[in-house]
Amino acid sequence: MEYFLIFVSAIFVNNILLAQFLGICPFLGVSNKLSTATGMSGAVCFVITLATVVTYLLNQYLLVPFGLEFLQTISFILVIAALVQMVEIVLKKISPSLYQALGIFLPLITTNCAVLGVAITVVTKEFALGGAAPHMLNLGEAVVYAVATSLGYGLAMCLFAGLREHLAGNDVPKAFKGLPIALITVGIMAMAFLGFSGIV
Amino acid sequence: MSKWHFVTDGFVKNNPTFVLVLGMCPTLATTTSAMNGLEMGLATMFVLILSNIVISLLAPMVPDKVRIPVYITVIATFVTVLQLLMQAFTPAVYETLGLFIPLIVVNCIVLGRAEGFANKHGVGESALDGLGVGLGFTASLTVIGIVREILGSGAVFGWKFISGDGILAFVMAPGAFLVLGFLMVLFNKYLAKK
Amino acid sequence: MAAKSTLKNMALCLSAVCLICSAVVGGAYALTKEPIDEAAKAKTTASIARVLPAFTAEPELGSIELNGANYTYYNVPGTGVAIISATSGFGGILSLMVGIAEDGTIHNTTVLSHSETPGLGAKCTTDEHFIAQFQGFDPAVKSLAVKKDGGDVDAITASTITSRAYALAVSNAVAVFNQLKEGGLSNE
Repeated sequence: MEYFLIFVSAIFVNNILLAQFLGICPFLGVSNKLSTATGMSGAVCFVITLATVVTYLLNQYLLVPFGLEFLQTISFILVIAALVQMVEIVLKKISPSLYQALGIFLPLITTNCAVLGVAITVVTKEFALGGAAPHMLNLGEAVVYAVATSLGYGLAMCLFAGLREHLAGNDVPKAFKGLPIALITVGIMAMAFLGFSGIV
Repeated sequence: MSKWHFVTDGFVKNNPTFVLVLGMCPTLATTTSAMNGLEMGLATMFVLILSNIVISLLAPMVPDKVRIPVYITVIATFVTVLQLLMQAFTPAVYETLGLFIPLIVVNCIVLGRAEGFANKHGVGESALDGLGVGLGFTASLTVIGIVREILGSGAVFGWKFISGDGILAFVMAPGAFLVLGFLMVLFNKYLAKK
Repeated sequence: MAAKSTLKNMALCLSAVCLICSAVVGGAYALTKEPIDEAAKAKTTASIARVLPAFTAEPELGSIELNGANYTYYNVPGTGVAIISATSGFGGILSLMVGIAEDGTIHNTTVLSHSETPGLGAKCTTDEHFIAQFQGFDPAVKSLAVKKDGGDVDAITASTITSRAYALAVSNAVAVFNQLKEGGLSNE
């Protein structure tokens, strides 16, 4: 039950893009075409999940025991940067086809604040769902949260890319062309997502 | 040639928000009021100036292949110092801005200026560039904050001029996207006229 | 210009940078530790002062487990207990500090943190009528639930879920207080 609530809340209610504003730069950057949006979502999903597990363990077994929580920001970003590099190298060797699909997005992901944002949220924020007492997430819940959050990222990204493909063919006033009209579209989408609030 | 243009460039020609479209996450998330926007902008400027200075000093000594990790480490150091200082002296502000203070590390503006400007210029110029871009970022955030506060809560810098509530959607997530979108339209119009 | 990218150079440079940066961060941490602790303490003291009648004794920090949840409380001997109680509201965690006087009546409540909707649920921090009804509330006589659920708490207009969460947090705090009483805390 708990897992299910985390899942629903992370995908719809607290959608990482439309409610938490994390990872907006790549969202605006690569959402021109549905195919690139899917690729980026896949890469983000992969990296967020992996990074959350690694940083969670790092925090739990290295930083907290030694009272070094103030090094969270600096150690997390370095771990994420190293991780992304490693994923790139490993993917290239093991699965060239997957690398072809996700490879070009990987270098962009280090500076995607969604990854660091989720990693920090998981170890610093308390969660309370469905009337349960507030508590820190355990590893299992953290993984569910990470997967669900990145699915939410993918959902918003692909929906938006679909809309944007249609926008491209429309006659938009000159000053609105490009990003402004895209931002206004996201605004309306975010309004629709507000309707999910309160269901968990 | 005066060095003043390094500062002014950050305002219009290289405006980080409306022209370069960098650092969108804090721009959208923290501008629920004019004050919050201003504080976020100043926090980013602090990191930007210091990291620009240090990186311009370090650049000649750093081997090319490891420059990005070095820059990220330097930036993360200043962000952590900022986090600690804010927790100590402005705990209320730190609580409001929350997650977005540590996330300055991955703000594309900071790394972008390090890679695009500071590692090719001297200390003085880099500091001025940090100041200019930082001020440009602060100004944009404050403007977005002002618009959202007026529409959303009927107030400017906390000074209320209507009784009751404003259009609440503007304080919430959708308003952020809408206000930024429409402000960008105005900025485009202004640039087109010039 | 830049030094050569040999393995030795890269390793040296990275370690040097990491060493210096850790030293800087460590130094900043050592310097700010005291002000940070003080700021946190000042905030807690201010909240306790708001929810309890004026007191002179030093608040004693304690924690207790009740129904599977951990509660932190500050006991002020001779005055009352300030209990931190959190529930899930509409938008996330709603965390309150509830001050209960020695005789079991609620002195005052204050919101420590919340993520309710601005203009609706967030009114639980500003709505005077809503906040005032908890001052002097005697849980032995009245029921800590919103009127819709058959209790005596007036909900904030259009924010029943927030009001319900608020009432639940207060009622949990009362349960903690009773538990503390049974444990003979006042005799300490």
